[in-house]
Parts: sequence; C-alpha cells; structure tokens
Amino acid sequence: MINALVEMFSYAFIVRAVIVGLLVSLCAALLGVSLVLKRYSMIGDGLSHVGFGTLAVATALNIAPLSISIPATVLAAFLLLRISENSKIKGDAAIALISTGALAIGIMVISFTTGMNTDVYSYMFGSILAMSTSDVTLSVALAVVVLVLFIFFYNKLFGVIFDENFAKATGVKTFLYNMLIAILTAITIVLGMRMIGALLISSLILFPALTSMRICKKFKSVTICAACVSLASFFIGIVVSYSYATPAGASVVIVNIAAFALFWLINSLKRRT
Amino acid sequence: MWKRYGKRYSNMALITCRDASFAYEGNTVVEGLNFTVESGDYLCIIGENGSGKSTIIKGLLRLKTPQTGSIVAGDGLKPSEIGYLPQQTVVQKDFPASAYEVVLSGRLGARGILPFYSRADKAIAEENIRRLDIVDLRNKCYRELSGGQQQRVLLARALCATKKLLLLDEPVAGLDPLVTQELYRLIEDINRQMGITIIMVSHDVRTAVKYASHILHLKNTQAFFGRTEDYVSSGVGISFLNCGCADGRHAE
Ligand SMILES: Nc1ncnc2c1ncn2[C@@H]1O[C@H](COP(=O)(O)OP(=O)(O)OP(=O)(O)O)[C@@H](O)[C@H]1O
Ligand SMILES: [Mg+2]
Repeated sequence: MINALVEMFSYAFIVRAVIVGLLVSLCAALLGVSLVLKRYSMIGDGLSHVGFGTLAVATALNIAPLSISIPATVLAAFLLLRISENSKIKGDAAIALISTGALAIGIMVISFTTGMNTDVYSYMFGSILAMSTSDVTLSVALAVVVLVLFIFFYNKLFGVIFDENFAKATGVKTFLYNMLIAILTAITIVLGMRMIGALLISSLILFPALTSMRICKKFKSVTICAACVSLASFFIGIVVSYSYATPAGASVVIVNIAAFALFWLINSLKRRT
Repeated sequence: MWKRYGKRYSNMALITCRDASFAYEGNTVVEGLNFTVESGDYLCIIGENGSGKSTIIKGLLRLKTPQTGSIVAGDGLKPSEIGYLPQQTVVQKDFPASAYEVVLSGRLGARGILPFYSRADKAIAEENIRRLDIVDLRNKCYRELSGGQQQRVLLARALCATKKLLLLDEPVAGLDPLVTQELYRLIEDINRQMGITIIMVSHDVRTAVKYASHILHLKNTQAFFGRTEDYVSSGVGISFLNCGCADGRHAE
C-alpha cells in the first residue's frame, strides 16, 4: 500500500494533479454549502455546461482554454443571478436556457472544427493528464484566491444565505455577496472541469455539503466537515483511480457517494437510539 | 455599549413618508401615506390583516420601493443602524445554523466590509442572548427550536443590529403571556433609556395605546396618524378600542 503510494507520487504529473485537485475540492466543498442552502444547486450544473461550451470554443480557436473559459463562465454566472433575481423567467428555467444554449454552441463549434478529439473528450469526462505546468500554476493561484475570499467573507455569506431580507435591510450589500458566490463558483467549476469532467463537476460541489448536513447542525461545523469530506474523498478517489486504472473524475465522485451513504447511515442509526 | 441618541435638534425627521403608496404587480395595496417619525418616537402600526402593515415596514427598510411618493430618511440614518424583526422568516428545512450564529449575524451590517466579528460584536450578542433569556438555546440548531424560541432568537438578532431604529413586525406572535409582557417592557426600556426609535406592528391595540407615543392606523389607506392621546379620543380609535382587537374581530 505504502509502496503503491510512493510509486504513484513519484510521477510529477500526478503530484500536480493531486495538488490542484485537493485545492479545487476544497473550494468546491466550501462554495457547495452556500449553493445548496441558497437553493442554487442547479447553478453549478448550468455553469459546467457553459464552461464546457467555452472550453470547446477555446480549443477550436487554439487559445489557452482557461483564459476564455473563466471570464465567459463568470459572465454567465452574473447573467444567471441577474435573471433569476429580477425577471419573470424563473431561476431554474434561466439556468436551463443559458446552459443548454452554451452547450449547443460548443458542440456546433466542435463539429465544424476539430471534431470529437481527445481534448474535447477530456473536458467532458476529465483527465488528470490534461494539466500542463502553466495550467497548474494558474489553477493553484486562482484556487488560493477563492479560498481567501471565502474565508474573508464567510460570515457575510452566512448572513446572506440565512436571511437575505434581514441582511439587506440592515445594510449588508447582498447583491455583492451573491455575485461573489457566483463568481467563485464559476472559477471553481472551470478549474475542476479539466480533471473531473464537465459532466461530473457539479457533484463535487453538491456532495460534500449534502453529506455533512446529514450529521452537523451548525453552519460552521457543516462548512468544516464538508471541506474535510471533500479532501478525503478526492484523495481516496485519486488513489483508487491510479491503482485500478479507473477514470479519476468518476472515482472521486463514487467515493463521495460512499461518504454520503456512510453519513446518512450514521445519522439514521443515531436517530434510532 | 449602546450609543445614546437623544433627540437631536435638526429640522429633518428620522423618517418622512410623503404621499407614498405601495403596489404588488400593479395592484395598489396601501396608499395615501403621510407621516413622520422623529428620533425617540415609539410608533405602533395597527390595522386588519392585509391592510398593508408589513408592506410599509418593507418600504421603510427599502426592501420595497414605493409606487408613488417618497420615503426619506433623515438624521443621517443608515441601514446599518437599523434592527429588524420580520413577521415571517422562511428558513428552509434542515438549515444548519445554531441560535448563536443567528444572533451574531445581527452584527453583520455594522461590520461593513470588515470580514470577522470583533470582540465588541460578540459581547453585544452575548448581552442580547442574556436579555432574551436564550442562554441555554445558544448551541441548539435554530430549525429545531419551537416557534416562540425562534422568535426570541430573531429578536436578539434584531437588537444586535439596532443602533438608532428598531422595526418589529408582530414581535409577540407566538410568545407566551409572561414573555410577551417582559418583551413589551424590554422594548419600552430600549426606547426610553437608549433613545432608540421603535416602529412596531401590533394586533394588540390596548398594549399599543399603553406604550406607544404615536399610532398609525391603516385600512389600506391611512386612517389615522398622530399622537396616542389624540388616537384614543378619535373616531377610529374609539371604535377600535371598544371592539377589543385591532383586526376588527371580537375577542374570544
Ligand atoms: N408578495 C406579495 N405579492 C402580492 N401581494 C402581496 C404580497 N405581499 C402582500 N400582498 C398583498 O398586500 C396586501 C397587504 O399585505 P401586508 O402583508 O402588508 O398585510 P399586513 O397588514 O401585514 O397583514 P397581516 O396582519 O396579516 O400581517 C395584502 O392584500 C396582500 O394580499
Ligand atoms: Mg404583516
């Protein structure tokens, strides 16, 4: 076991992937708590489609993928929030509109240019081989920014999520913090998509929050527990992926599902006694 | 810890409401609002169900913009100096939050952009927790408290946010008689001793008349606004007080 781990971490690309993966898992879990409680779960899914579409366009145009994908996804997040806040279109419908629209554009661009090549495939299903060194540097930097902002505004986020009207009435800039949640989520999704895949990234956001909510009753403990669950699941998942040559993204998500089942079981046993 | 704000001599009232009306999707629900609230006042808003009381509160908090007319804040009143107790707080099922976390979140407005709570913020939260006698609830999950307990937690949160103005939308709903009386006395103290302006929605006219300095009576329009002494001798006031309850229904 130890030998297998040592062997695994002797590959530089795996070390890079694990570092980025752990950071992204941490960001995803922290933001996930806010998204789940704000009933924004679908935004994660919607943004991952937008992310996929823009990555496809970037590949077709032969530009560094993150440099297009991150601004575009942040813009989409901004639009989604604006639409769901003050228009007649319901939030979930707005998400479906924007996300399927972006997906369709992405698929069109792909079919006109490169076709379904390995790059496109890796955006959909994730690949730890996809990370270049410059990707890693950018990812680490952005993930650290997300973490620092989250910790800085943790209390504000709680206020805005728990009772937005009260927060607004007492002078908290709720729009700003809603935007912050959306922007940080957009960045996290694009970063995580390369490794986990567009189809699975939103589960990285939702599962740890839902898992820790089985057992924890305080906002702080849910946040901390979600972070730990997410980190552990990613690590176990990536080791499993290496050992059994399974896809990294799917392995991580499966471990997350197992963690959810475990917490659910513990909670129902606790209730019975 | 509480800053004293006595009556300041300025020609601007704390809140001035001029010809304001409010509408939901184009349907006007309350109109003809003309009243002023001075620093240190204790205003009770009364009226039947659906007469627009909560709507006005939301207007005063700038959560809802008036359809016509204006609401102007004076005396340098800032949102971060306002405490608020909503009539209903819809918190989703199994929202993880301890009572303490909820109370402390009352301090967020006052923090501005600063990220963490200061020691003073925590001290204010502790004081209000003691005041509302919820010390043994502080580590409990908010969602798992009874209705009256939740109300007290939210009141403590509102007090944490208050520096000049406190808006209470039916604060005693769901409280037991003992706590109700204590709460009225607490609000009176906050008003008299700390000079905090109170605007309270209430269905309990007798208590409203006992404590408030001014009354605003709504019937989807402004039926009465003025000093409490004048209200009890006015036509609207007499018929309401005799009827025994602000809804215009007879008390059981
Ligand atoms: N969100 C809303 N959308 C549409 N109409 C609304 C909305 N909120 C309130 N109304 C309408 O506005 C009117 C005034 O409502 P408001 O909540 O201000 O009454 P209230 O005086 O606070 O009543 P209560 O004593 O029951 O609390 C009602 O007729 C109600 O139907
Ligand atoms: Mg009301």
